[in-house]
Amino acid sequence: MSSSAREEILGRVRLALADVPPADETPIPWTYGQPRALDDVLDRFEDRIIDYRAAFERCSGAEVPARVAAALARYCARSAVLPDGLDDAIGAALVASGVAVRSDRPPLTRTELDATGAVVTTCAVAAAETGTIMLDHGPGQGRRALSLVPDVHVCIVRADQVVSDIPEAVARTVRALRERRPVTWISGGSATSDIELTRVEGVHGPRTLHVLLVETEGRG
Amino acid sequence: MNIPLSIAAVGRDTADSVRLTPAPPPGRLIDSPRFPVQARVELGNAVQRKNLHQAMTTIRAKRAVVTAELDNWEQLRLAGEAIKNRTLRHLDHYLVQLEESLTAAGTTVHWARDAEEANRIIVGLVEESLGERREVVKVKSMATQEIDMNEALEEAGIAAWETDLAELIVQLGHDRPSHILVPAIHRNRSEVREIFNEEMGRYGRPAPEGLDTEPANLAGAARLHLREKFLRAKVAISGANFAIAESGTLVVVESEGNGRMCLTLAETLISVVGIEKVIPTLEDLEVFLQLLPRSSTGERMNPYTSLWTGPSSGDGPTTTHVVLIDNGRTKVLADPVGRDALRCIRCSACINVCPVYEKVGGHAYGSVYPGPIGAVLTPMLRGVTSPVDASLPFASTLCGACFDVCPVRIPLPDLLVHMRHKVVEAKAEAASGGRGLLHPHLEPVLMRATGTMFARPSLWAAAVAGGTLGGRILKGHVAHFGPLPWPLASWTGARDVPIPPTESYRAWYARTHHEDGSLK
Ligand code: SF4
Repeated sequence: MSSSAREEILGRVRLALADVPPADETPIPWTYGQPRALDDVLDRFEDRIIDYRAAFERCSGAEVPARVAAALARYCARSAVLPDGLDDAIGAALVASGVAVRSDRPPLTRTELDATGAVVTTCAVAAAETGTIMLDHGPGQGRRALSLVPDVHVCIVRADQVVSDIPEAVARTVRALRERRPVTWISGGSATSDIELTRVEGVHGPRTLHVLLVETEGRG
Repeated sequence: MNIPLSIAAVGRDTADSVRLTPAPPPGRLIDSPRFPVQARVELGNAVQRKNLHQAMTTIRAKRAVVTAELDNWEQLRLAGEAIKNRTLRHLDHYLVQLEESLTAAGTTVHWARDAEEANRIIVGLVEESLGERREVVKVKSMATQEIDMNEALEEAGIAAWETDLAELIVQLGHDRPSHILVPAIHRNRSEVREIFNEEMGRYGRPAPEGLDTEPANLAGAARLHLREKFLRAKVAISGANFAIAESGTLVVVESEGNGRMCLTLAETLISVVGIEKVIPTLEDLEVFLQLLPRSSTGERMNPYTSLWTGPSSGDGPTTTHVVLIDNGRTKVLADPVGRDALRCIRCSACINVCPVYEKVGGHAYGSVYPGPIGAVLTPMLRGVTSPVDASLPFASTLCGACFDVCPVRIPLPDLLVHMRHKVVEAKAEAASGGRGLLHPHLEPVLMRATGTMFARPSLWAAAVAGGTLGGRILKGHVAHFGPLPWPLASWTGARDVPIPPTESYRAWYARTHHEDGSLK
């Protein structure tokens, strides 16, 4: 059944395109992967994150564990899941501040994840012009559900991961995609405008996104 | 605010008690009345008109700001147009490539010629994968609406739960979507509260006690209601905004995180994808993911975009299916003029700028696709034989605003005229019993006559002189013509015609300007 549908649809397509010469190739007037000229990439990234009403702060690598602990305290998150590959110092700082730290090995069930207050991850790349953080779910980022189900997401972005705009960012993630790894783009916290087009932050994804931009070398 | 009777009444008839999900309004969309007939009804809905006016004004302004920010916006549009054209002109090649990539990534590919076949495949796949509950969670998808999948699942005894907030409002409200991006835009917050209070408890976790009309609290109620469904989901059904031929990657663009929940938490994921959604390479995403959110919600980027390439071990669904659907698309492709419409990325910008849509709303279009793209695409996909389909190409003033905003530069006004011709041809064909007797519709004749006048300044001057003379005679007596007699009756039935000015623009210009253009 299905294979004859395949043949028939492809046949219809070929018939429909009988007017198109085989060698026809529409030129694409576009140069891929170009940077966008921005005065200051990191400033633009900060503007955009704040514009999405997400929290943003800059710090050095050495400050990360303390900043993460402070952020979780601010959001009253008493538990957090930390993906494999995240700097151990972060877990230690959270434990010291009384947060119940969970690992995802063995994988947490959906219900356990739902009962977890926060998640801390790194990212793969970020695009300044759109304030977009991309996760390729490699080390330090965890599987997709980790950065989705808990209500608070603290995301650590290194300055050298921030590029000007989407074309550069896509170029940096195609490798992961060609390796068939899932990729998730996050631009602010979850939101809806479905009721009278009034923007409401926080529907199903984490209602709080907290971005830590790590500007100087060091642990992070 | 009173809720229209339809919300409260439909849910309670006895037939509904055996249903798993709220019953939509009875009847098929294709049997809707002609556009002008339903438009007249919708125009009487003051709540809808007010909501739409406010919403469309806001969204247009947001779009204008974020597109003006990019100095290469027009280049992006040209690139988007070209990538889609390149793909569509060799669609067979890219579909075969997509199928290979999907299969290599571990996704099972199915092909469906029409809605019925697609639904049969989907029901079969769902049956194979169900847990103890006969239910699926759904990501908002135009393709599944187009094939009326929810009702097919309902008939098979499977509940399909909409998880997008607006789709949830529509589903619980026993209603139909009225916009492709914000499907419940015809409802205001009081109506939403009423629907949630009334219906949530019948299908899962009830609305919290004392729910008010604050949008944030209404969204909070939806979060609670849907969470239990996400956490127990076995099967999810999605569409895809883009399908990448080279890698077999599917892309879903969303705001709320309900999409991510479905795409990540379910064990089996079935994606229903129109064959025109394929694009060649991953790099092409840099063009479309700049164009789509700005054109759609007027944001620089939507909150969440998910990209996945088959099942991935230890992360998300372990079984992935793709159902590629034709359902009229190859018919559109076969029309070298009409094929441009297949470039559509469903952003809704054309709908948001359409003055006709803003007044009548989405329900008058008798289709899941309203507005300019709906008026073009619906009769292309379904044909022009039903009364509503034959009326849709005329549901426009041809003002051209839709082309200006379309991110993939679909010449919507030209396509509307093109489809008007098709309707006229079909009518002539029908009237002559297939003998090809000429039975011209008035408007194409008038349009052609206008074209001739524009092309010949002397004719134009003569016509304008006639008009201004009429204006001078009528001036001071009336401000507008009401309905005019036949043959202009159908034009003026829904429009007031202003009295012609007493002086033409050309005459005014000649009187007030020197030959070099400077003011006298
Ligand atoms: S026709 Fe163009 S503007 Fe309208 S929804 Fe499709 S892509 Fe958007």
